Amino acid sequence: MNWRALLSLRRYGILGMNARNIGYISRYNERRLYPLVDNKLKTKLLAAEHAIPTPDLRLVVRYQHQIRNIEQLLAGLQEFAIKPAKGAGGKGILIISGRKGKDFVKPSGAVLSLTDLKRHLSNILAGLYSLGGSPDIAIIEDLIEADDRFDRYSYQGVPDIRIVVFKGYPIMAMLRLATRASDGKANLHQGAVGVGLDIATGRCLNAVQHSRRLRVHPDTGASLASIEIPDWESLLRLAAGCYEMTGLGYLGADIVLDKRRGPQLLELNARPGLAIQLASGVGLLPRLRHIEALQAPHPTPEARVRYAMEAFRGQATDIRIHAPAREEVAETLSA
Amino acid sequence: MNSRLTFHIAVMLIAAIGVATAWVRHTQTQIPLLPGAQQQVWLVESRVDFVADGGPVTVSLSIPKAPPGFRLLTEQTASPGYGFAVVEDRGARRGDWPIRSARGPQTLYYKAQLVPDPAPPPPAAAPEPPAAVVWEEPQATAARQLLERAAATSSTPQSLTRELIKLLTAVEPDQNTALLLSAHPPVLALDKLLRQAGVPTRMAMGLTLEDGRRNQRLVPMIEIFADGHWHLFDPRNGRQGVPDDLLLWHQGGRSLVDVTGGSRTQVRFSMLSQTVPLLELARTEAAEGALTLFDIHHLPVEEQNLFRILLLLPLASLVVVFARIVIGLPTAGTFMPVLIALAFLQTSLSLGLVSFLTIVSLGLLLRRYLSHLNLLLIARIAAIVVIVVFLIGVLSVLGYRLGFNTGMTVTFFPIIIIAWTIERMSILWEEEGPREVLVQGGGSLLVAIAAYLLMQWPVVAHLSFNFPELNLVVLALILLIGNYTGYRLLELYRFHTIMLEDR
Repeated sequence: MNWRALLSLRRYGILGMNARNIGYISRYNERRLYPLVDNKLKTKLLAAEHAIPTPDLRLVVRYQHQIRNIEQLLAGLQEFAIKPAKGAGGKGILIISGRKGKDFVKPSGAVLSLTDLKRHLSNILAGLYSLGGSPDIAIIEDLIEADDRFDRYSYQGVPDIRIVVFKGYPIMAMLRLATRASDGKANLHQGAVGVGLDIATGRCLNAVQHSRRLRVHPDTGASLASIEIPDWESLLRLAAGCYEMTGLGYLGADIVLDKRRGPQLLELNARPGLAIQLASGVGLLPRLRHIEALQAPHPTPEARVRYAMEAFRGQATDIRIHAPAREEVAETLSA
Repeated sequence: MNSRLTFHIAVMLIAAIGVATAWVRHTQTQIPLLPGAQQQVWLVESRVDFVADGGPVTVSLSIPKAPPGFRLLTEQTASPGYGFAVVEDRGARRGDWPIRSARGPQTLYYKAQLVPDPAPPPPAAAPEPPAAVVWEEPQATAARQLLERAAATSSTPQSLTRELIKLLTAVEPDQNTALLLSAHPPVLALDKLLRQAGVPTRMAMGLTLEDGRRNQRLVPMIEIFADGHWHLFDPRNGRQGVPDDLLLWHQGGRSLVDVTGGSRTQVRFSMLSQTVPLLELARTEAAEGALTLFDIHHLPVEEQNLFRILLLLPLASLVVVFARIVIGLPTAGTFMPVLIALAFLQTSLSLGLVSFLTIVSLGLLLRRYLSHLNLLLIARIAAIVVIVVFLIGVLSVLGYRLGFNTGMTVTFFPIIIIAWTIERMSILWEEEGPREVLVQGGGSLLVAIAAYLLMQWPVVAHLSFNFPELNLVVLALILLIGNYTGYRLLELYRFHTIMLEDR
């Protein structure tokens, strides 16, 4: 580590953890608003009020005794996701993609017994996955059906799109693709692929896995450079609307594309991570400052999205990816 | 911007208050700033031997009051059966030993610890002018002539004294001198001559300090008063002033020792040079004051030891704050490293590391089994607590059997914290894989070791305990780091791929 590295970080406008915590999270996010996003159930109910689509809620498990007859409560549900309402970082989320007799099947093919499922639920209620270990509730909701266009890009799991929304403006976006290394989870530090998306177009700018650049998905071999998110503007509008919904100035919206229902809000985050900068290959700071310097903020999500699409058009890094060198083409072809 | 300025001023103020209070404490109580500073101390013992007649006995010994060049630190007596009291008598201090009846040889001891102190003595009050001196003829004439000769070659009381001593100690004394010395010991003759010349005098007895000497006697000296101070002269050679190795035991007043009801009195001295830690010295001398009112040293020793550890906590927290905010090291549980470091303080580092790793890994293994039991979280952690208690018990016994007495000290590990650590690590293992367990566990241990190394550094332990106010400086630093918005050291690595485009 040398001083040159420090200077380059500054030049690239990389937002560091300390600056994020002091300069943005504690300045723009009021503490009292946190429960709205830290509790997925509250987020869902609030989203319903603001006509923001989320996966349908099937069941809420609040008490230990409900777990005893969970079998009856789950009757008829083939595919579903169990989530701790206060879970953080995707912890404690269990996806069931089918049934096999009395057992449950995960997307990976692993089979869970009813006892396993009950234990998981009771862990959630006891607060194992919640922030600070406080007692929690479990929500059970419909599974997202991934858009077919993403099939080639994800190893199990549904790719989700993280959009950082600052004062209601979508300023940076990335697509998170599960890999074999990440065990089907869309968590960057577990080895998922992060694809930086151009705010203007929804096209791939850059892609990384474990901080390393890559051109193709490590498991499927699909070229990442050709990724383009359909229905991009309405997706951004959904994210921008979360500002009105929660009042949080600096938030991360996790959105998935459902095959039939279009963009769905999965969850919101009042402390969005910094990895999005790695995926995009650019720093957040210039964009944050750009928005902070705006004299008259736009009043509606539509106007803000249009402004952001114009202001944050992807640059530089995408050129090389869209015009791959010869050996990369060969690599892609052979894959 | 303005609030930032006030913040920085407040931080500076907190730090300044801490440093200033520490400095005041240092100057007032003489507590050294560094541990291990030592000071030479003379232990002087005077022994009074006499034969008691069988009736009531009172022994009165002159004892040092404020000997120039020294500070009286402690004093004690050993005198079986005797009472003891210190009395002030005409500006001198005397130790009085009374007893109802005593017979045969008696021995009394008086011991004093004296610290060399170069501070000049305070100005003394002027004594009364000396009373008229009566000589018998023919000494009166001889004295007059001697004085005239000395006065002719001197201008001040000091030079007069020097001249007189020169005359009195001449190898071949003239007739007048010989006449005076035939009737008086030299010191008494000198004293009388000086008083005749109108110079206030007092007899002094000095002890030449030499390490390990025994059976020493006092040397008679004379002090004259001039210019608001007493000046010491050695009547043997006329040297003026108090040499460093001379302790003035007796300054004025009555005789060195008075024994009523006894005879054949002898006073002898023995001495020893000691080195005493300055800290102990300061504590012995500590006077009551605003600073000592809240002094931890006034607590019982057990509580003191507790505070010794508590006062190290701020620094350990600072290490954690630094490691997390400035370096960006991941740790499992924010302040767990502090608790581990505290445990290391009790166990020593290598042993602490081995037992910590053993307990946590054994705990992780057993936790794996527990996860099959489908227990509620709280019950599971409680079960782990019990397991940890057993593990620690087994380790202690094992360590003891193997001859490590220190095996017992594993009990200092915060059991509940370890239980939580095991639980969190186990979940981390299941969810994020063993790599993350190693990263976070390693980070915690690294921070714990850094905190431990700092806390067991004698200078730090000394400062935090003797100058608790210095923790305000630590607080100021924590506040300052809490405002740091720059990059964490590890972020330079995390984001380094972005910068590769440069090349």
